Amino acid sequence: MAAAQTQSQFAANLKRYYSFYTGGFVAFVILVGILEQLGVPNKILGYIFLFATIALYAGIGFMSKTADVGEYYVAGRRVPALFNGMATGADWMSAASFIGMAGTLYLSGYDGLAFVLGWTGGYCLVAILLAPYLRKFGQFTIPDFLGARFGGHLPRLIGVIAAITCSFTYVIAQIYGVGIITSRFTGLEFQVGVFVGLAGILVCSFLGGMKAVTWTQVAQYIILIVAYMIPVVWLSVKHTGIPIPQISAYTSALPKVTALEAEFNDKATPKGAKEESVRAIFRERAAAATAKLAGLEKDGPAFLAAEKQKLTDKVAALKAEASPDAKAIDAAEKAVKGFPADAAAAKTAWTAEKGVGARAAPVKRHAEAFAVSGATPEEIEKKRSVAKKNFLALIMCLMIGTAALPHILMRYYTTPSVHEARVSVFWGLFFIFLLYFTAPALAILAKYEVYSNLVGSSFSALPAWVSNWSVVDKTLMNIADINKDGIVQLAEVVIGGDLIVLATPEISGLPYVISGLVAAGGLAAALSTADGLLLTIANAMSHDLYYKMIDPNASTVRRIAVSKGLLLVVALTAAYVTSLKPGNILFLVGAAFSLAASGFFPALVMGVFWKRANYLGAVIGMSLGLGICAYYMFLTYPFFGCGASCVANQWWDIAPIAAGTFGIPAGFLGIIIGSLISPAPSKEIQELVDHVRYPSLEGDIDTRGA
Amino acid sequence: MQLTEKHKQYWNINLKISSVLLVVWFVATFVMGWYARELNEISFIGPLGFYMSAQGSLIIYVAIIAYYAYYMNNLDKEYGVHEGELD
Repeated sequence: MAAAQTQSQFAANLKRYYSFYTGGFVAFVILVGILEQLGVPNKILGYIFLFATIALYAGIGFMSKTADVGEYYVAGRRVPALFNGMATGADWMSAASFIGMAGTLYLSGYDGLAFVLGWTGGYCLVAILLAPYLRKFGQFTIPDFLGARFGGHLPRLIGVIAAITCSFTYVIAQIYGVGIITSRFTGLEFQVGVFVGLAGILVCSFLGGMKAVTWTQVAQYIILIVAYMIPVVWLSVKHTGIPIPQISAYTSALPKVTALEAEFNDKATPKGAKEESVRAIFRERAAAATAKLAGLEKDGPAFLAAEKQKLTDKVAALKAEASPDAKAIDAAEKAVKGFPADAAAAKTAWTAEKGVGARAAPVKRHAEAFAVSGATPEEIEKKRSVAKKNFLALIMCLMIGTAALPHILMRYYTTPSVHEARVSVFWGLFFIFLLYFTAPALAILAKYEVYSNLVGSSFSALPAWVSNWSVVDKTLMNIADINKDGIVQLAEVVIGGDLIVLATPEISGLPYVISGLVAAGGLAAALSTADGLLLTIANAMSHDLYYKMIDPNASTVRRIAVSKGLLLVVALTAAYVTSLKPGNILFLVGAAFSLAASGFFPALVMGVFWKRANYLGAVIGMSLGLGICAYYMFLTYPFFGCGASCVANQWWDIAPIAAGTFGIPAGFLGIIIGSLISPAPSKEIQELVDHVRYPSLEGDIDTRGA
Repeated sequence: MQLTEKHKQYWNINLKISSVLLVVWFVATFVMGWYARELNEISFIGPLGFYMSAQGSLIIYVAIIAYYAYYMNNLDKEYGVHEGELD
């Protein structure tokens, strides 16, 4: 059927289908909204959103089922630029972008923008250095290009290892996100949530490979962007009366936030004085804990017993008073009961208590770049230059990693031509940009809400969203009247980053149906990225390892069967690893980017732009890049047991998340040296380079695989 | 397949436009980032350093890619290396 259509008819049909689809989805949301008005409980609405969207993705997967190799690996190479752009957007934007990004910006202000810049600017490198050339080359996977360009099995094999390592690290972070969202909105257990989400991913990629994943990702993009925009626009209207948050946040909300920050930090103002009273309590508590820790260090268990005796005496003294205060006795008895049982428990408890000292710090100014604190101007200057260096290093690793992650580069094999590949990078970045330039605006608007409305409100009449979320999850919203004045001060509130996006519908006063929509959007973001990653891993194993290296005579039926089998195995392994909850998602993501950047980027770029690059250069460059990057993480990341020496091990004070800072130059250096000490590549390979450089040549060779 | 002078010229123009755009990309990213504190002194839709990193540089990125696609697709036709009409 499809083959009989021309490409333009095909594109026109797609536009019609997805317009119907978007209309249908809006109607569905309205329907759920009506159900809510009729009094259907929120939990049921959560289930409806969860299962309806997963069923939808599975349905698209089912309709796109295929047994054709070209369709399975590269969606038949007929995805129009606009739709490839949407699919890239969904492929790209993960749970971390959708739910975490605005929260990170809320918490870290300017310094968090490294992620916004790094995750968008990388597309300039994709567009100019890679996408058109990879599209001309054709074939199916990124290791395919390395294999053909550098010859021999070794470059392909290193490519396979790099692709699997970085994609697997990244997919764990995605499945983790799926588990969090399903468990939060439906009350299912985390582990169950992981496997429910996985079922949705699998039905889709299992039946139709890249073809199914592409058309599902387009559908997922539409859901996620609608879900992200509606609450933010509403919030902007509520606070500023302007429905364009990307403008109103800077012109209207940011100046007010800056003024409030100054007020909070100035003890002479009424607000500043109140903040100071809370901070003083935190400082006292931290100082008391420090003193206790020192006593414990000196006298050991004897100190512990003496401290406990003091508390017991206090209870006795209170009881002996002429008019005993029941409340005070109760509190004192609780303190005795809660007293740490042994020295180790005491140390843990008091160290944690000492940590509240951090809450006594002044408010960080949102727009200030590289804000640091220090005793002397020299110390501040030194810390600031380290912060600046790390900010720029992280941006570089994220950008080059973007231009090297195989699941993104693979998308440019699916367009019909080089011309369309170039245009599709534009659409891809444009669709990503829509979300990424909204996130900083959301962070400012949310901050304005907290600073102007929450701070100063009475504890007896907290805004509904605050009391709701502090019941649901203390790590997201922790609020307590520290100085007992009955009024909320900023220092009394601790907000978890994920709260910002999740609570925006409630802050804006939207009905629960929009919260459900936001959850569906987060799920779409996590599922679509996981889809692309799983397919990349399965393809690297089935196509590059099995077909190209082990059994080149395998029939197409067998190749697809092997790929599907591997997909299942990889998915289950990833879900199993995720259900063990291997903490620190942010580091996993950062590691994936640094590894991809160090392993792939130098070899891919040099493969196109330097004809002299050859087999030995690629082998040395890729292994050196990966090796240095992995070694630096091992040296400086606490997970690998470097303990106290982690920071001392750092080179030029670069944090482990930016390990690619050393891996990328090592990769380039390896390629240059390795290539120069060995003979130039053969004439065939030089012709291959010419072939990828020109969209069309007379008497051109054909590198597209069958 | 033999490359003509015209082909080599096409590739050189491609290298030139790519370098120019990458310089713009570098300035929009790293130079802006390096001078973020200084730029914050200037007020343009909020502090300029903050605005550029939150929005301005992103707009530049989108523009870079749009211009590259537009320029190269024309260059392909001019030098006769464009692809034929699709089916």
